[in-house]
Amino acid sequence: MACKTLHNTAPPPWPAANLGDYAQACAGFSWDRARAALSGSPGGGLNIAFEAVDRHLDDGLADKTAIRWLGKDLTPLDLSYRALAARTSRFAHLLERLGVAPGERVFSLLGRVPALYVAALGSLKAGRVFSPLFSAFGPEPVRARMTIGDARVLVTTSAWYRRKVAPWRTQLPGLAHVLLTDAGDDPPPGTLDLERALADCPDHGGLAHTRPGDMALLHFTSGTTGRPKGAVHVHEAVVMHRLTGLLALDLHPQDTFWCTADPGWVTGTSYGIIAPLVLGTTMIVDAAEMDPVRWLGILQDQRVTVWYTAPTAIRMLMKLADRDNPGIFADYDLSRLRFAASVGEPLNPEAVAWGRDVLGLPFHDNWWQTETGGIMIANYRSQPIKPGAMGRPLPGVEAAIVRHVRGSGALSVLDTPDTPGQLALRPGWPSMFRGYLHEPARYAKCFADGWYLTGDLAKRDADGYFWFLGRADDMIKSAGHLIGPFEVESALLEHDAVAEAAAIGIPEPTAGEIVKALVALKPGVSADEDLRRALLAHARKRLGPAVAPRVIDFRTNLPKTRSGKIMRRLLRARELDLPEGDLSTLESDEQ
Amino acid sequence: MTTHPLSREAILAIALEALTRVAPDLADESIAPDADLREDYDLDSMDFLNWVAALHERLGVDIPELDYPKLATLGAAADYLLQARAPE
Repeated sequence: MACKTLHNTAPPPWPAANLGDYAQACAGFSWDRARAALSGSPGGGLNIAFEAVDRHLDDGLADKTAIRWLGKDLTPLDLSYRALAARTSRFAHLLERLGVAPGERVFSLLGRVPALYVAALGSLKAGRVFSPLFSAFGPEPVRARMTIGDARVLVTTSAWYRRKVAPWRTQLPGLAHVLLTDAGDDPPPGTLDLERALADCPDHGGLAHTRPGDMALLHFTSGTTGRPKGAVHVHEAVVMHRLTGLLALDLHPQDTFWCTADPGWVTGTSYGIIAPLVLGTTMIVDAAEMDPVRWLGILQDQRVTVWYTAPTAIRMLMKLADRDNPGIFADYDLSRLRFAASVGEPLNPEAVAWGRDVLGLPFHDNWWQTETGGIMIANYRSQPIKPGAMGRPLPGVEAAIVRHVRGSGALSVLDTPDTPGQLALRPGWPSMFRGYLHEPARYAKCFADGWYLTGDLAKRDADGYFWFLGRADDMIKSAGHLIGPFEVESALLEHDAVAEAAAIGIPEPTAGEIVKALVALKPGVSADEDLRRALLAHARKRLGPAVAPRVIDFRTNLPKTRSGKIMRRLLRARELDLPEGDLSTLESDEQ
Repeated sequence: MTTHPLSREAILAIALEALTRVAPDLADESIAPDADLREDYDLDSMDFLNWVAALHERLGVDIPELDYPKLATLGAAADYLLQARAPE
């Protein structure tokens, strides 16, 4: 049996679960007590970076490793809480010196390098707003997000600056400072070398007096229509980061925690930076991309105790072993690992069981989204897992299945178990987004009758567990990342040959879904293999591989409603051989 | 599957062709044989999997997941594929 080889050394005694009894935890819950668990800034106010870093200078953890960073060659660099406090203070002072005003946005376009973590926490400490971009974005998603977010500062590398920012920088005159992590003595015009700029900044102080409701983080998410949306999060979100780290991830100060998500996505910030530091753990950061052998080595050698990862990665690992054949897993001692969780898209029941059979630990799936800022629904360590279910709401979080008729505002709560409907949350949890930057109307549309509408379809069973059913809109979920069809279609429409484009998600075993584009060409343009490749190249250059379509097919005409809206849902149903549903609004059909 | 002998140069050309099918944006780049494809050319893991699948199809070589790191560059991939196609 795989389990025997896995636990070939006696596991250390595990601490008691932070959430012991679910009903009791919910009944006894109060947000006031959750808030009181944080120390608050000296002299008042609340600041995420203070709670994550500086607070530990006085609680006995100052010289504990906060971040163990693994370079591409696996050489570790340890940053203690004390060192992290010093580095983030220097970054905070640098922003002050550069004349960046409180509340202005500092963007990063970086891999998982130490500078990313310093820029994130340093910006928060200084009361400036941090907005991380995924490094696999092409120039177009980068430009759109930095423009919408009024970027004042960008921290990036020389190569990415040259490829993804310099070509359009003049369109964003508000971008006053570009700090490069590797420019050395010779930064290109209009940029500074980060290390040199930091050199004579003081390594203490720099903490701004931020209030709980001050903007702290700007996380972008894609929309079905229109431009990406910048979800605004405030310093008070740290209450939820701490609480969910404690209850949903069962983090204890003695844990070595590895969240594999990139901070370019919200999971990688809430749980790849903030929560583990607030709770005083040691967190692992791996600079390299996912590789099964590397990951097994890290889990073993770094003695990871709590692991938070994603279905795409789990499915890649599942190819290497199963219950009857432990394969390469037999060579690794993962006995330190005591809790494994997954997020990003629903984890299939087979993957939960695979974890139990091969790792000796089932995966605990949980659910949340960019707008919620933290985990909302989870399978808990102490509670029975229902494989395939999202779990149950966090104490303090009220979730329901509702039916909402768009436009009328009418909403009804569906209390009968197993009734499909839209998943809704009662506003009031501290990490709820407080707006889409500059877009109050789009924000308002997310709420109805006192509920936040998540856009996800789900059902709740008689035991109170929620089950994900799909999206209520045309959003595509690829490798756990939400991709807006509009952004993909806009890039394709920029090409001279394209008249119409529709982006849909089609199933793919590893990534869950991949982006497929259906394209109608302008009159006189003929569809051939060269054009297909040219369009793929065009889209990839603009959007980057994470967003660009993997497959393009040609059509003469795309199905549209009377109002001219392309019916992506119908295209998807036809691609997948599903029932076509209500076609009453179809005006012109596909050819 | 029968494998007729191919030179390293021929394999390199096939690997490059397969790569630019997966990532046509690289067609006008000159890709150094020792450049890290994921690092230097923004290939993501899905691209990489698609490329490996194409190599398997074109060259009839089984490439187990555990060997993926041996295909990090075009040159390394050519060496690996040449070796894998060599008669026992």
